[in-house]
Amino acid sequence: MILDTHPALPEFEYIRPANLAEASDFLAQHPDTARPFLGGTDVFVRMRDGFMKPEFLVDVKNLDGTNELRFDSRTGLTVGAAVNMNRVIASPDVQAHYPLLAEACRSVASYQLRTRATIVGNLCNASPAGDTIGACLVFGGVLHLHGVSGPRQEPLSGFFRGPGKTTLKPGDIVTAIHFPIPPNGCVGKYIKLGRNQLSDLSIVGVTALGHKDSTCSSGYRFRLALASVAPVPLMPAEVETYLANNPLTPDAINEAARLASQACSPIDDVRGGARYRRQMVRNLSVKALTEVWKKLD
Amino acid sequence: MAFHKINITINGGLEQVVVPSNMTLMQMLRENLALTGTKNGCSAGECGACTVLLNGEPVNSCMVLAVECDGTNIVTVEGLAGDQQLDPVQEAIIQSGGVQCGFCTPGILISARALLDRNPDPAEEEIREALVGNLCRCTGYVRIIESVKAAAKV
Repeated sequence: MILDTHPALPEFEYIRPANLAEASDFLAQHPDTARPFLGGTDVFVRMRDGFMKPEFLVDVKNLDGTNELRFDSRTGLTVGAAVNMNRVIASPDVQAHYPLLAEACRSVASYQLRTRATIVGNLCNASPAGDTIGACLVFGGVLHLHGVSGPRQEPLSGFFRGPGKTTLKPGDIVTAIHFPIPPNGCVGKYIKLGRNQLSDLSIVGVTALGHKDSTCSSGYRFRLALASVAPVPLMPAEVETYLANNPLTPDAINEAARLASQACSPIDDVRGGARYRRQMVRNLSVKALTEVWKKLD
Repeated sequence: MAFHKINITINGGLEQVVVPSNMTLMQMLRENLALTGTKNGCSAGECGACTVLLNGEPVNSCMVLAVECDGTNIVTVEGLAGDQQLDPVQEAIIQSGGVQCGFCTPGILISARALLDRNPDPAEEEIREALVGNLCRCTGYVRIIESVKAAAKV
């Protein structure tokens, strides 16, 4: 057997629709053979490796406003589907109001890959290891979609169904992700455990966002999102509830981290073992939550 | 499979190329235009040997379809030097001994040029971060980083 280490892309037809309606119609008419793509950073690799063989690749960049990165001080931030990660990182609005999102994007691969990689693509690829998913979840992201019956919105929290699986139906295209104005004075932290500091896939990813909130008994509200430790990205509600209802102490954070590790169902794979991952979720959750807490006080 | 006629500016010159849907920018540069300075290392966006500038921003050309580049401006390593003189990063990488086998060098030169265009005075940490997507198996990176520092001073 000859192993081709530089396989070319298999044959397909490149389709560039003129607008979103045309794109949705085409995708709906070819539910099993057409696939939308943005930067292609996941799709091309999977096609070369033979995991995916679409007959049609539908280029959904540059359609009806998908290139816009817009911040409104009343409604929040909208990141169009085709906005690449380097643009998100460089945006003064993102740096000022959603620095955690920039931090998450910066941890993805390399500069030249991020010229092509997009947040929406990262979400639609639905890898449990997706680096930007945690930040999108804790900021309460809402997806803007376009389907055969027109535009609609869906919260990101219910979007993931399994590795590579989402609630998208044939003809659906995610056109943007929207984030509401973050809680006043909030602090975020993304800890990515990889084999090296930059560029690698995560073995475990922990994203924490916290803010002071006088309406709950602890006076603090936290959100925690976990990557690479379950079939879908997790945001365990029990952690949020526990930290809202119990006085914030190092012991409380330890208990919250234990709850986080209990919520996981990691697997053994080439990047790390399940037992190791579970322990790392606990350790890194303590680290992330403590760091956020310290910055809030 | 359909073929597409695209117009593209490469290293300052206009080219018209006919490409199949599944041809990457890297294949088009190497096979249709004989610009073999752009190297094929991994075909997966990992190694950075195929890095070129697309509308001024570095991309892995193995991860871009040629057909997507219709109407764009591409700079490859062949386009870095002027008629009479090398780009400062080329000059510096020679002076600093940052080239051994040379396979990764075109991609590194492009990434370094792009870094200096957006940040003329980068800190070492910023140089390292900008080159994270360019693997070199010979030099150990130290002399490459030194050469980017030297080029920034030019």
